[in-house]
Amino acid sequence: MKVIVDEDKCCGAGQCVLLAPEVFDQREDDGIVMLLNAEPGPDQYDLVRESAAVCPGAAIEVSEEA
Amino acid sequence: MSVNDQVLNYPIPSALPLDPPAEWAELRGGCPVAHVKLPSGDPARLITRYEDVKQVLADPRFTRALSAPDAARLTADGGGVFNSELAQIIPDSGEEHLRWRRLVGKWFTAKRMTTMRPAMAQIAEDLIDEMVKGGAPGDLRAALGFPLPVYVICDMLGVPAEDREKFSYWSDTLLNLTRYGKEEIEAAQAAFFEYMSGHIAAKRAEPGEDLLSELIAAGGPEDGGLTDLQIIVTGMALLVAGHETTANMIGKMVSMLLADRARWEQLLAEPALIRTTVEETLRLDANSGFGLPRYLPVEAEIGGETLAKGTTVICSMAAANRDESAFDDASAMDLTRSPNAHLAFGSGAHSCLGQSLARTELSVVLEVLLRKLPTLELAVPAAELERVEGLAVGGLRTVPVRW
Repeated sequence: MKVIVDEDKCCGAGQCVLLAPEVFDQREDDGIVMLLNAEPGPDQYDLVRESAAVCPGAAIEVSEEA
Repeated sequence: MSVNDQVLNYPIPSALPLDPPAEWAELRGGCPVAHVKLPSGDPARLITRYEDVKQVLADPRFTRALSAPDAARLTADGGGVFNSELAQIIPDSGEEHLRWRRLVGKWFTAKRMTTMRPAMAQIAEDLIDEMVKGGAPGDLRAALGFPLPVYVICDMLGVPAEDREKFSYWSDTLLNLTRYGKEEIEAAQAAFFEYMSGHIAAKRAEPGEDLLSELIAAGGPEDGGLTDLQIIVTGMALLVAGHETTANMIGKMVSMLLADRARWEQLLAEPALIRTTVEETLRLDANSGFGLPRYLPVEAEIGGETLAKGTTVICSMAAANRDESAFDDASAMDLTRSPNAHLAFGSGAHSCLGQSLARTELSVVLEVLLRKLPTLELAVPAAELERVEGLAVGGLRTVPVRW
């Protein structure tokens, strides 16, 4: 799984950080998303998919190949 | 006569306190861009489908400029939070909105909320102890739902929680669309503005470790910060928003769960469901309030209809959250539902800034209640719960409980 985040679309809601804190964080100075791990392990797949599904800004893209 | 060929009065009343009006499903099915008449008598269009509401909320052509001369007034007096000129001081779009959002948003990050959890849990424990001391039945809304978010937001803003009665009144005059006359609303707004101006001046002289002190420290617009007026209005907006919304939601969430006690039992058996339960109660909240109004300064198309320039649109997130095309078995409460991309906090660039705070408060309250009062139950039949009428943010008047 590969994860891409779009900082321009991020509205800092923090849903992804509440769901998958091992994969996502928010910058201290503006609350915008930081990707901690662009290729998370299988134990994170469900949480990452859920983060992408509920992100209010549609700022998280998940590619399932490889 | 069906909903398709009449102009509905808005908000649409509902027969039972926790249930949605039957019209929502009809509108989604046959009339997704309905004609409605607002409490002011002005016409607007009501959007009820998930895809449409989501699109309008994310589309910058649908603005928040409800003070435009041809925008619908929500109430006869034209008062209320949405038409307020104060609401226009916080930048609505573009770079400036982004800057405001980022300056303030860093105070509401998920990580910051997580560090606030223990303090929130302690507040919840103390408030519940106090309610239990008073004996059953107690009013969960007055004892826990209201005070908890007030203490939390006061602490974040560095304003004294002792003044909460004042905030409560000011916030009610801003959020209640029908209860107060124009003069009373204006007087309350002026008093609130003066209070916050004084508070900001005091913080400027003696900064603390709170959000408003930091906004002041960031400097003026030339330094990438905000103007004084913007800081004052931001303080007012956060105090109101951090107050009435979650306060009401706590009472509604607990009522929805206790209305069918099998839900409470399910949570007692499996507290790990707290997170998805919070989301599901947010999705199914039939009393979320007025919805979000948007003003269209240009012609635009939505739900297959072309709306003329000057149209005011009301987004019903609560109706959209029950759209069968977006959620399986949409009217059923499923405490395990995941993902749950409901629109209770809006969507897109303007989605609720404080949503992590709200989620954390709701989950902390639920966790502490389940632990301390596992025998909790409603002290009246759910059908007898009473709504607060006229609020931009809906709620229940009291939530009588026993344990």
